[in-house]
Amino acid sequence: MLGLSSKDTALLIIVALLALLAPVLLNPFPEASAMAQFNAGYPDLMQRFVIYGIFAIGFNILFGLTGYLSFGHAAFLGVGSYAAVWMFKLLSYNVVPAILLSVVVAGLFSVLIGYISLRRSGIYFSILTLAFAQMSFALAYSVLSNPKFNLTNGETGLQVYTDDPQIFHRAGLPDLPHFFGLSMRSTYTVDMGGWSFDFNAGYYLCAIILLVAFYMSIRIFNSPFGIMLRAIKSNQQRLNYTGLNSRPYTLAAFVISGMYAGLAGGLLAAMDPLAGAERMQWTASGEVVLMTILGGAGTLIGPILGAGFIKYFENIFSKINDNVLHQWFSFMPDGAEDFLVAIVHPFVGKGWHLTLGILFMLVVIFLPGGLVEGGQRIGRFVFRRNNRKGGGLEPDAKAKQPAE
Amino acid sequence: MGILEVKGVGKRFGGLQALGNVNLSVAENTVHAIIGPNGAGKSTLLNCLVGKLIPDTGSVTFQGESVLGRKPHEINQMGISRVFQTPEIFGDLTVFENVMIPCFAKRDGAFRMHAYESVKDEVEIREKARLILDDVNMLEKRDMIAASLSRGDKRRLEMAMCLVQEPKLLLLDEPTAGMARADTNNTIDLLKHIKATRDITMAIIEHDMHVVFSLAERITVLAQGTPLVEDTPENIKGHPKVKEAYLGETQA
Ligand SMILES: Nc1ncnc2c1ncn2[C@@H]1O[C@H](COP(=O)(O)OP(=O)(O)O)[C@@H](O)[C@H]1O
Ligand SMILES: [Mg+2]
Repeated sequence: MLGLSSKDTALLIIVALLALLAPVLLNPFPEASAMAQFNAGYPDLMQRFVIYGIFAIGFNILFGLTGYLSFGHAAFLGVGSYAAVWMFKLLSYNVVPAILLSVVVAGLFSVLIGYISLRRSGIYFSILTLAFAQMSFALAYSVLSNPKFNLTNGETGLQVYTDDPQIFHRAGLPDLPHFFGLSMRSTYTVDMGGWSFDFNAGYYLCAIILLVAFYMSIRIFNSPFGIMLRAIKSNQQRLNYTGLNSRPYTLAAFVISGMYAGLAGGLLAAMDPLAGAERMQWTASGEVVLMTILGGAGTLIGPILGAGFIKYFENIFSKINDNVLHQWFSFMPDGAEDFLVAIVHPFVGKGWHLTLGILFMLVVIFLPGGLVEGGQRIGRFVFRRNNRKGGGLEPDAKAKQPAE
Repeated sequence: MGILEVKGVGKRFGGLQALGNVNLSVAENTVHAIIGPNGAGKSTLLNCLVGKLIPDTGSVTFQGESVLGRKPHEINQMGISRVFQTPEIFGDLTVFENVMIPCFAKRDGAFRMHAYESVKDEVEIREKARLILDDVNMLEKRDMIAASLSRGDKRRLEMAMCLVQEPKLLLLDEPTAGMARADTNNTIDLLKHIKATRDITMAIIEHDMHVVFSLAERITVLAQGTPLVEDTPENIKGHPKVKEAYLGETQA
């Protein structure tokens, strides 16, 4: 279907179902239960899952396929956000031109940075991208924000003010980002028994764009271009002696991933019309690297898993405080309860980074292929056991396909 | 005028004069062997031909056009392919993908996006890749990851990758090194078959005299970065200087 193999079509359908049913699937615990804090099905967080998923899918096209590790992709995310907010300020709150411009501007910006950074490879490439991103951060934070020329509004961040032109704004249109009148904040809530599910317009816009972005990444993976990118990672020298110029290939991959990042940045602004320089910080660039490696670099689904995983941790684990812990362990004798709370305390709440760091280490050491490899191993294990029970044959080596 | 003309090429590495003053003319549609002891500068000479190294002095022309200053991919697109002394393949890719890549390079030139087409739909390319794998007897290994091949298979794969481009000049750097006798004979047969079925010039560096004398029409003996003699195989066999400098030592 859609020019995909049956395996890839199945993958796309699974992702589509998960994305469309996320408001239900991510709210498995009744509203009133103690576990409700593990629910992730609220619009804000779901939007972030999907937006960072797009960011990571794009990053994976560069890093997962060519092996060029950029430490500066947050710059494109930030540029995308600024571009989108400018469209809100100048034209109207309609998200379509905002998102389009964010992709275009991030694309142009990545041509410039990519052209220079790709003159080097390996660690020098990474350092160059990092330097560019930090320069972009400095530009956004202070240089491009002065009374004479205020492009970024510095520390405060860029936002829409009532005296902005908004030349296409009309009475009756929402005073917040909207899709031809449909506000991104409009949410349809369904209450069922103890459960409550939020179906949010902004989330569905992001989810549909994610599916398109994911579909395009599958196409790229399966294209001759995708093979060339993997060949660059494998043996760039050989590629050159085979008559192919690797530079335009790496640049194209860089720009494509920059456009994905710009798209993610534009969507962030479309969900919340604000753009700040901190979005370009090197920590933000590092986060997408973590997402991609954690999920499985060079795999199709890995980046989405990694993004969801990290964002879930960031938002859910960080909310668990000592009160919550006491509640959990209240069934224990008092001494043991305090003891357990004291042990768990550093790993939750503000300490969620610690848990994430440990998990990241475990994954990198034991599952170098990321969560996808973990899933494959479990799958193979289950498959083999079933086979043995049914007296079937061992699965063939085909299970070890590189691009899952 | 040969298809490849090397004139007065010299290359220094620090204090070491790896190539002194190399003159070499490879005639079109011949197999020209370059022999010489280890460290004679044979690989360095090939590096100067494919753009990996730029010689300090001299000129290299291919079909009358200078190759110096051109990038490796440009030189390849002129019609020169090279098999390396240690196999250079795409280790993470499958055998089939390895041979498809040169097919794309041949058809589309140095760069073309093709980001939306599917490899599955490239019928011509797949057929070409299949045929060459059949030629080198590797068709049943087409889905293996190239890094997991045996050393001999890696060499044959690399040779297939070069041959499928139908180069005008094929440079082979010790193509049978590390191969078992049977594999070596297969390689000789393969190269003979290639030579017989298409217009191709080959420059081959080889240690195994059996290979050299089975294939070569001309032989250049290189020692310490300078050509000692150039002649037909029959004359080289009996040449006293060659015996002394090379054959006598290594064929012990
Ligand atoms: N990149 C290099 N840097 C320094 N010395 C080199 C380099 N390449 C080759 N050499 C030296 O040049 C000489 C010729 O090497 P090479 O061309 O590989 O010999 P051959 O292929 O005939 O065995 C050797 O002494 C080798 O050590
Ligand atoms: Mg050598």
